[in-house]
Amino acid sequence: MALLTRTDLRQALVTGLWFMFLTFPLLVIKVDPVERTVLWRWVNLLWVGGASCGAALAVRLWLAWRAARQERIRLGLAPAATIDPFRLLRQRRVALPLLVGGALFLLVFPALFSTYQINIMTTALMYVVLGLGLNIVVGVAGLLDLGYVAFYAVGAYSYGLLHLHFGLGFWTVLPIGGLLGALFGILLGFPVLRLRGDYLAIVTLGFGEIIRLILENWSEFSRGPSGIANIARPGLFGIELSLEAAIVYLYYLMIGMVLGTVFVVNRLQNSRIGRAWYALREDEIACQAMGIDKTRTKLTAFALGATWAGMAGVFFAAKTTFINPASFTFLESAIILCIVVLGGMGSIIGVVVAALILILLPEYLRAVADFRMLAFGAILVVMMIVRPQGIVPTVHRTYALNR
Amino acid sequence: MKGLLSGMASLAESTLPDESVALLTQRMEPLLIVNGLVMDFGGIRALDHLDLCIHQGEIVALIGPNGAGKTTFFNCLTGLYAPTGGELLFTPDGKPPRRLNGLKPNRITEQGLARTFQNIRLFPNMTVLENVMIGRHCRTQATVLGAIFRPPATVREEKATVGTSLALLERIGLADQADELAKNLPYGAQRRLEIARALATEPRLLLLDEPAAGMNPQETLELETLITSIRDDGLAILLIEHDMKLVMRLSDHIFVMDYGRKIAEGTPEEVRHNPAVIKAYLGEEAGYA
Amino acid sequence: MEYFIELLFSGLTRGSIYALIALGYTMVYGIIGLINFAHGEMYMIGAFTALIVSTVLSIYGLPLPAILILTALAAAVWAGAYGFTVERLAYRPLRNSPRLTPLISAIGMSIFLQNYVLLAQTADFQPFPALIPEFAFLEPYAAIIGATDLAILIVSALVMIALTLGIKCTRIGKAMRATAQDRKMALLVGINVDRIISLTFVVGSALAAIGGLLIASHIGQTNVFIGFIAGIKAFTAAVLGGIGSIPGAVLGSFVLGLTEAFATGYVSSDYEDVFAFSLLVLILIFRPAGLLGKATVEKV
Repeated sequence: MALLTRTDLRQALVTGLWFMFLTFPLLVIKVDPVERTVLWRWVNLLWVGGASCGAALAVRLWLAWRAARQERIRLGLAPAATIDPFRLLRQRRVALPLLVGGALFLLVFPALFSTYQINIMTTALMYVVLGLGLNIVVGVAGLLDLGYVAFYAVGAYSYGLLHLHFGLGFWTVLPIGGLLGALFGILLGFPVLRLRGDYLAIVTLGFGEIIRLILENWSEFSRGPSGIANIARPGLFGIELSLEAAIVYLYYLMIGMVLGTVFVVNRLQNSRIGRAWYALREDEIACQAMGIDKTRTKLTAFALGATWAGMAGVFFAAKTTFINPASFTFLESAIILCIVVLGGMGSIIGVVVAALILILLPEYLRAVADFRMLAFGAILVVMMIVRPQGIVPTVHRTYALNR
Repeated sequence: MKGLLSGMASLAESTLPDESVALLTQRMEPLLIVNGLVMDFGGIRALDHLDLCIHQGEIVALIGPNGAGKTTFFNCLTGLYAPTGGELLFTPDGKPPRRLNGLKPNRITEQGLARTFQNIRLFPNMTVLENVMIGRHCRTQATVLGAIFRPPATVREEKATVGTSLALLERIGLADQADELAKNLPYGAQRRLEIARALATEPRLLLLDEPAAGMNPQETLELETLITSIRDDGLAILLIEHDMKLVMRLSDHIFVMDYGRKIAEGTPEEVRHNPAVIKAYLGEEAGYA
Repeated sequence: MEYFIELLFSGLTRGSIYALIALGYTMVYGIIGLINFAHGEMYMIGAFTALIVSTVLSIYGLPLPAILILTALAAAVWAGAYGFTVERLAYRPLRNSPRLTPLISAIGMSIFLQNYVLLAQTADFQPFPALIPEFAFLEPYAAIIGATDLAILIVSALVMIALTLGIKCTRIGKAMRATAQDRKMALLVGINVDRIISLTFVVGSALAAIGGLLIASHIGQTNVFIGFIAGIKAFTAAVLGGIGSIPGAVLGSFVLGLTEAFATGYVSSDYEDVFAFSLLVLILIFRPAGLLGKATVEKV
C-alpha cells in the first residue's frame, strides 16, 4: 500500500466520479416511453463508482509495483530472470503430458458428458478451425480480413443448396465447400491487393456484409431470411444413425477436422510460403524487393484461409441442419478475429486455446453468458493495449543443420 | 571512354593468358544501361534525363548532395516507382537486353537486381536466418502442396535453402546469431544482414543504399572487405554513399548526381578534381582528402 | 414530379444526418489516422440519451422547447464524454503502435459499447417521442417535407457552418489543423496535442449524437443496433468525399444520401444497404483518395 501516493488515490477517486457521471443516463435511468414510467437504478451508480475507482487503483498499484521491481532489478536487489509460464509450457516434459492428457480427454469426452455438452464442444472445435483459418490471413500474412464470415456462409449455403436441389450428401459437398471457399477467397482477394491495412479491413467488411445481404434478399436463390432447413447430417456408410449417435459421430468428425487443420496449418507456416507470408506481414515493400510476388502470396493466403472457412461452413450446416443469413453477421467475423487476437497472431496453440476459452467459458459460466459479447469487445481492447502478441506468442522455428 | 577500353581489350588479348582476358572482357560488358531516365512526381521532376552505364564486375558509386535523386533512382530501378520516361536496360551474362521499366519489384529481383534500403528494412520479428532465407524465395519453387505433403524434392530444397543461408551468414559473421530476432541486432549487424539477404537472391547487380551510414571506421573497413569480396564473386555493385573515403577507395567508377541529373562521371581521380562536382559539394570539400 | 422532390428532400435529409456523423470520422482520421470504428456508437448513444432525458423531462412536465434544448444538450454532452473516455482508454495508449492495433481496439470498443447499452437498456426497438413540433407553415407541403426534415436540414447546415468557421478562424481550429498535418511539429511548437485530439473526439461525438437525436425523432424509434450501419454509411460518405477533408465529408454525405434516396425510390428498397457497401468497396478500390482528396505517395 505504500506504493500508492495521495495523487494516485485522488486520481482514482476522480476516475470513479467521472464514470459515475458518464454512465448516469444509460445505467441508472430506464424509461418506458409508452407507459411513461421511469426506473431509477441508483445502486448501479455505486457499482460503477466502486468498480472504476477500484480498477483505477489496481492499475496504478500494478504500475507502481512494476516500476519498483524494475528499480530493484536495476539496483541488483532482485533477480532479473523470471519464470515465463509459456517457456515452461513449451518444454517437452510439460507439453507432452498436457497434450496427451488433453487428447485422451477429448477422445473420451462423449462417454462422459451429455449430448448437449457434446454439441457445445463441437461448436468450440468448429471455431478452432475457423480461428486457424483466419490465423493464416490475419495472424501470419497480416491481412486484416473483417469479412471472413462470408466464406463461412459460402460453405454452409453450398451444402444447404446442393443438398436441397440435388440431394448431394455431406461427404460430396465437403470438398466442394472448400473449393468454393477458396474461389471466393481469390475473388475477394483480387480487388483488395493494393489496399493498405485499414482500408483492406473495411473493404473486406463490406464484402462480408454484401454477401450476407444478398443471401437475405435474393430469396429465389437462397430462400431469404427463412433459410434452408432439413439439411442432412453426415452419413456413415449409409447406416441410419439416431440423433445422439449422429451428434457423437459429428463430434469425432470435427476432431478429425481439427487435427487435419492443425497439421496442415503447421506445415504451411513452416515452409517457403509461410515465410513469405510472415515477410509480407512485416514489410510489404521489402518483401517485394526480395523477389516475393506480393499478389500471389496475398491471394494464396486469402484462398487458403477461405478454404477452411468453407469447409467449416459445410460442417456447420450439417450440425445445425438449418442455416439462415442471420448466422453470418459481422459479429461472427469479429468473434473469430477475437479468437486470433487473443490467441496470438500466428500461434497455432494460442488460437486453439483462445477458441476453447472464448466459446466454452460462456457456456459453462451461465452467469457470464449475458456479458459474453461485452467481454469479447473488452478482450479485443485490453489485449491490444496490454499484450498485442496474444496469450501464446509465436515461437520461431530454429533450424538445425548437420554440417 | 569505350574506344579506350576496346583498345585495351585487344592489347590484353595478345599479351595476357586466356583466363584474365575472359575476365577483363567480361568486366567490360555492359550490365545495366540507363537511357534518359525521367521521373516526375506531380509537378516535381526528380530525375531529369539520367544516363548511366554499369559494367559487369564493376563497383560503381553514385554520389551527390542530399536530394539529388539517388534513392529515387534506386526506387525506379527496382520497380518501386514506374519511371515517367526513359529506359532501363539490363543485360546479364550475354542474355538479350531486358527492359526493366514497369516491371514489378519482385520480377526485377528475379532478373538479377537486389537492393538494400537507406533506412534499414529488415523483417524485424523474424530471425536472422529467416531474413536471409526470404532472399532464397525467388530461387526456389516449393508450392503449397509441397509445403503440406513435404515430398523429398521439397525437403531437399528446404535443406539447401537453410544451408545456403547459413553460409551467407557465416560470410558476414552472423552465423552464431542465426536464431536471434533481427530487431535485436546492433545497427552495424543489421546493415550487414540486409546485404546478406540481398545476396541470397543471387543477384548480378547489387544495389547498396548508404551501406556505411552510421558505421564506425572499423565497421566501415569490414564493409569494404565484404563489398570487394562480393565483387570478386563476379557481381557488379552500385552504391550510394556519402563516406567519400570509402567511395574513393572502393569504386572503379563514379557517377555524380545533382538535381536529378548526372553532372559528372569518371574514375575517382577524375571526379575528385572535377570543378562541377566540387561546386555541387561546396562546403564539403574537407571530406575529399 | 412530386415524387422526385420528395426523394430529393429525403436524400438531403439522409445526407445531412450522414454528414453529422461523417464529420467525426473525417476529423479523427485526419488527426490521428485512425478509422474510429466506435464512432457509430456515439450516434446510437446520442439517440438513447436523448430518449431517456426527453422522457424524464416530459414526465416532469417541462414545455416542449425546453425539453428539446435540454435533450440536445444532454445528448451532445454525454456523447462527447463517451468519445473522450473511449479515446483515453482505447486509443491513446496505442498512439505509437502499428496501424492495425488501434483499429482492432476500435472494433472491440464498438462491440463493447453496443452491448453495454444493450445490457443497460434494452435490445428492443424503443419508440422515440416526437421532439420537433409540426410547423403550421409546412402543412401544404406535408407530402414532400415534414417538420423534422426541415429541422434536420437547418440544424445540420448551422452545425456545419459553425464547425467550418471554428476550424478556420479560431486559435483552437488552427491548432487542430496543425496537429492534423504534423503531430510532432505541433507538439514542438507548444500545442497540447493530447488536448486537441480529445477535443476532436468530443466534438465529433457530439455532432454524431445530435444526428442520432434528429434521426430518432424523424423516424420515431431507435434501438441499440443503429450505430453499426449508420457508422458504415457515414464512413462511406467520408471516404467518398476524401477522408480527412471536412468539406469532403459533407460533399460525400450528400452524394451518398441523394443517390441512396433515388436508388431506393426508383429501383428497389431491399438492396439499400448493399448499395452503400458496394459503393464503399468500389471507392476504396478505385479511388481511395475520394472526390476531394489527394493521392499520397509513400516515401521509401
